[in-house]
Amino acid sequence: MKKIIILSLIFIFYSNISHSLIKVDITRGNLDPLPVAISPLHVDVKSENIEDLKVKELGEKISEIVEKNFRSTGLFNPLEKDAFVQKPDIAHLKPRFEDWRLIKAQALVTGKILVKDGKLKVEFRLWDLTASKEILALAFTTTPSNWRRVAHIISDKIYERLTGESGYFDTRIIYVAENGPKTNRIKKLAIMDQDGANTKYLTLGNELVLTPRFNQSNQLVTYLSYFRNLPRVYLLDIETGIQEVVGNFPGMTFAPRFSPDGKKIIMSFAKDGNSDIYTMNLDTREVEKITEHSSIDTSPSYSPDGKYICFNSDRSGLQQIYVMKSDGSNVKRISFGKGLYGTPVWSPRGDLIAFTKVSKGRFYIGVMRPDGTGERLLTENFYQEAPSWSPNGRVLIFYRETKSGPKGKGFSAKLWSIDITGYNERKIRTETDASDPSWSSLLSN
Amino acid sequence: MKFNTNLKNIILILAASLLLSACAAQKKSGLSGDVYTGTETIEYLASGVPDRVFFATNKTNLTTAARETLRKQATYLRKNKELNVTIEGHADERGTREYNLALGERRANSAKDYLMTYGISGKRISVISYGKEKPVNSASNGLAWSQNRRSVTVKVK
Repeated sequence: MKKIIILSLIFIFYSNISHSLIKVDITRGNLDPLPVAISPLHVDVKSENIEDLKVKELGEKISEIVEKNFRSTGLFNPLEKDAFVQKPDIAHLKPRFEDWRLIKAQALVTGKILVKDGKLKVEFRLWDLTASKEILALAFTTTPSNWRRVAHIISDKIYERLTGESGYFDTRIIYVAENGPKTNRIKKLAIMDQDGANTKYLTLGNELVLTPRFNQSNQLVTYLSYFRNLPRVYLLDIETGIQEVVGNFPGMTFAPRFSPDGKKIIMSFAKDGNSDIYTMNLDTREVEKITEHSSIDTSPSYSPDGKYICFNSDRSGLQQIYVMKSDGSNVKRISFGKGLYGTPVWSPRGDLIAFTKVSKGRFYIGVMRPDGTGERLLTENFYQEAPSWSPNGRVLIFYRETKSGPKGKGFSAKLWSIDITGYNERKIRTETDASDPSWSSLLSN
Repeated sequence: MKFNTNLKNIILILAASLLLSACAAQKKSGLSGDVYTGTETIEYLASGVPDRVFFATNKTNLTTAARETLRKQATYLRKNKELNVTIEGHADERGTREYNLALGERRANSAKDYLMTYGISGKRISVISYGKEKPVNSASNGLAWSQNRRSVTVKVK
């Protein structure tokens, strides 16, 4: 009898929790991922050997990255290679479709690489196994050290052919790498490939750095640095490593982002207890004040056509999301749900604004239309914020912090991603703790 | 039926003791509303001059206790005319990073403005916001958050 009561109490408790769970649109979630066979790329026997690079294994390695990329989408189910029935070189020439269909594959990727004269030549094909035909064939040449990018470009091309949307694999993430105790955190700018490879640290950790964001060509990054204990927006050229402070503001500038054409930086400037939104033209250095209000106005983000800006303001009393024309006129509040809304960021497709929501002590990442309708919460947690869009507007990356015990015990900050369907939530592996991710646009094309 | 009454009693007792312990915890921890009123984290600019004041969640206005502390700071600064200070504004970890930076700036300026109304020149006071970046108490609980929502007056060396 007692046991039953305890059980039912737990059940009530549990069902309460599940009631407060996020509303998720399942209509576009993919519950039945497409089975694909990704054959190792055949390495041409005429290939030269290159130091530091095991050319013979390259075909296998590239296919493994493609496989990992595909699995990470949740849309595809890459099949076990053990079951593959044809050798890579033969399959690449002309697969025996019926054999591949036997292992339930619906699409097949084959390819060939040749390393010659210091160059890496790659060709790959995508086969529709149901229709028994080739649906994509591409070849390109690059430097051998670029082999990981080759895998990402192949992934993008196949993703594009199979989903009708552009991919997001040949991209990078810039973020803040974190170390040390919560009360004395060391933060560095870090950059890595979308899949977590090739991590590089761009600052040494001598000063606090926050909120890095790419420009549209992925060459420049704007971020907040506490260099000399003066919090200011900076501009960093990733290639040259040259940094400069943005503008000559007599106070803290923060929350920077580029305009979609990369010509301006939009940010907050705080003076005498009031934060307003400003832009600075990077060519003319001309500064323009966009909002003028006694409230806190921050976290501005342009629409992809540059005509509108969404931002965060507490002019109604608490943090809400607003949209205005890019000259600061026509300010309209768009968030009206229960709770606080912060860090709005406009999708590169223009159709949605992603945000952080705080309600009853819980943190959500969600999306709504630019007119404020269609709010959907994708994920709920103790603390998470700062979504950034994949270049195709299908996936959001954000950071999540765990609840910590006395003296910060158990604290961690990690990057996570989730599809805008609300499915496919996953942790992104980073070398250190991480926060403030910003997704680049596609590096190729 | 009897069992049910028993259970009800137990639940009532449980609820009552929970309430009591909550009250006790609140008194002990030194919270008024959610503003910290204890002394655990406070340092002193000089004897009897606390260096910091505390704020309610999402608020930047000064409490009575905060104004009292700042008046002590103002008296101290009037006596030590050669001294300049930086006021650091801070937020707890329960907000978005960018908004917290603005909130910290506003808190530091609340303190600065108050010192100025007591005759301290604005030229002697610089402000800096750290948002949620520099907590003093790194636990994730109400007490820690109340200690982290603060502005701290620091002597410039």
